[in-house]
Amino acid sequence: MLKLDSTFRWLCFGAAAFAGLLLLGFFLQLALSSSAAWREFGLGFLVSTEWDPVSNVYGALPSVVGTLLTTAIALVLALPLAFSAALYLVDAKPWIGAVLGHAIDLLAAIPSVIYGMWGLFVLAPLMQTRIQPFLAETLRLNKIPFFGDDYNGFGILTAGLILAVMILPYICAIMRDVFRMTPPMLRESAFGVGCTKWETAKDIVLRYGLRGILGGVFIGLGRALGETMAVLFVIGNLMEMPDSLFSGATTIASTLANNFAEADGLQRSALFALGLILLFMSFGIQVLAQSYLHATSAGRGEK
Amino acid sequence: MRPRTLFFRTQKDRAIRAFSALAVLLAVGVMLWILYTVVRFGAPAIRFGFLIHASKPFGIADGGIANAILGTLLITAGAALLAVPPAICAGIYLAEFPDHPRISAALRFSANVMMGMPSVLVGLFVYMIMVMPSGNFSGFAASVSLAIIMFPVVMRTTEDMLGMVPYALRESALALGMTRMRTTLCIVCRSAKNGLLTGILLALSRVSGETAPLLFTAMFSDSWPTGYFSEPTANLPVLITEYATNSPFESMQRAGWGAALVVTALVLCINLGARIFFREKKNAQ
Repeated sequence: MLKLDSTFRWLCFGAAAFAGLLLLGFFLQLALSSSAAWREFGLGFLVSTEWDPVSNVYGALPSVVGTLLTTAIALVLALPLAFSAALYLVDAKPWIGAVLGHAIDLLAAIPSVIYGMWGLFVLAPLMQTRIQPFLAETLRLNKIPFFGDDYNGFGILTAGLILAVMILPYICAIMRDVFRMTPPMLRESAFGVGCTKWETAKDIVLRYGLRGILGGVFIGLGRALGETMAVLFVIGNLMEMPDSLFSGATTIASTLANNFAEADGLQRSALFALGLILLFMSFGIQVLAQSYLHATSAGRGEK
Repeated sequence: MRPRTLFFRTQKDRAIRAFSALAVLLAVGVMLWILYTVVRFGAPAIRFGFLIHASKPFGIADGGIANAILGTLLITAGAALLAVPPAICAGIYLAEFPDHPRISAALRFSANVMMGMPSVLVGLFVYMIMVMPSGNFSGFAASVSLAIIMFPVVMRTTEDMLGMVPYALRESALALGMTRMRTTLCIVCRSAKNGLLTGILLALSRVSGETAPLLFTAMFSDSWPTGYFSEPTANLPVLITEYATNSPFESMQRAGWGAALVVTALVLCINLGARIFFREKKNAQ
C-alpha cells in the first residue's frame, strides 16, 4: 500500500514537472531552430529593418515595432475603460454587477478568429469610411506627422482597437478582484471623512491595490503581445517600418502565421528568431505580472 | 472659493461615475455587436445541407462544413484526453504535496508563464517536434498543441479548487487509515469535483476556438477527417480563416460566416454551461 502511495506521488510530481520541462523545451527548441539566423545576422537582426526573401536578408525591427505599437495603443485604450468599468461593477447592485460582469467576461470567451472576421468585415470598413476620415480631416490630425494622410481601414490603429477590446475583460476581471480585496474598513473610513466615491477609488482603492492592478495590466499586455489571428486580419501585413498610425504594418505573431508555411532555409530560421524574441518578451511580461500578483496574494493571506 | 470646490468635487465624481457606467455599456455593447454581426451574417448560411455535407474546393458552390465540424470535435476531444489526466495529477502535486516549496513554486511559476504563452509559438513548437519529423500534418499534432495550451490552465484551476477543500476532511480521512492516494482521489478530488469540471470546461471552451496553432499542425483539407493521425484534418477555425481572407467568392465568405456562427455557438455554449453549472452547484451547497 505504501508503495502505491509513493508511486502516486512520483506520478503527480512527473506530471507537474512537465510544466517546467515544456517551458524549457520552448526556449531550447526556438533557440536551436533560430541559430542559423543569429549566426548569419548577429545581434544586428534586432535593429535591421530589411525583410527581403529574394536576396535572403532579414531583420526584426518592423515586426517588433509593429508589435509594440499595437500593444501600446491597446493598453492606452483598454486601461481607463477597464478601470472605470471595474469601479462600476464593484459598486453596482449585486445582480446587475453579476450580469454585466459575466457579459464582459464573455468578451474573453469569443474566439480570436471571430474578432478577426468582425474586424475585417465590420470594423475596417467603418474605420475607412467614418473614423479615419473624422480623425484625419475633421480633427485635422493629419497635420501631426504621426497620424498620416492615407488610410484604407487597415493598419496599426485598427489592430490596436481590436486588441483593446480583447484585453479589456482580462484587465477588468483582475481589477474587480483587486477592488473587492480592499478592506471595507478602509473605504468606509474614506467615506467617513467626506471623500466622494471617485476620491475613495483614486486615493484609497487604487493605492491599496496598485500592485494587483499592475499585475492585471501585465497580464493584458501579454495577451496583446501574442495575439495572432485578430491582428493578422486587420494589420495589413506590410513588412515595412510603419510611418503613421494609419499605415499597414505587421506584428511578430502575424508575421509568423502569415509566412511560416511557405518559408524554408534561412527565412524559416529568421522566423524562429522572431519567435524567440516574442517568447522573451512575453516571458519578461509574465515574470513582472506574476511578481506583482504574487505580492498581492501574499498580502491577502495576511489580512 | 471653498464652496465652489465642493461643488466641483461632486460634479467631478458624477462625471466619472457616468463615465464608468459608459465604459461598462461600451464593453457590453461591443460584445453584443460582435455576436449580432456573427448571427446576422452567419444565420443565412445555416441550412441542413450546409451542416451535413463536406466542404468543397475553392470556387465550387454548395459546399458544407460537416467535415470541419467533425474535425474540430475530434481535435478538441483528443486535446482534452491528452491534457486533462496529467494536468489534474500536476494540480494534485501542487496542492497536496507541498514538501518541497521551492520546487512547487518554480513549477507553479512555469505553469503561469505557460498560461500566457502566445498560441502561435505553441504551433511552431509542435510543428518542429511532430510535423517536421513525421513529414505530414495531422489532426493529432493539432490535439497535442491544444493540449499544451490546456495543460497549465487545468493544472492551476485544479490546484486552486483543491486548495478550497477544508483540511478537516483530509485529516479525518487519514485518521480512518486511508492512504494519501485514496484520501486525495476519493475524498479531496471528489469534494472538489464540480470545480474541477468547471475548470476543464472553461479550458475546453478556450481552446476549441483557437486558430493559430492549427495553421501549422492540422492545416486544412476538404475531405472527411479519416486520417486523424497522419493527414491534414479539416477544422472550423482554419476554414474560417481561409474562407474569410483568401477567397474572392461571396458564397465562400458566406460559408465562412456560417462556420463562424457554429464556432461561436459551440464556444459560448460550453462557456455559459460551465458558468451556470458552477453557480447552481455553489448555491446548492
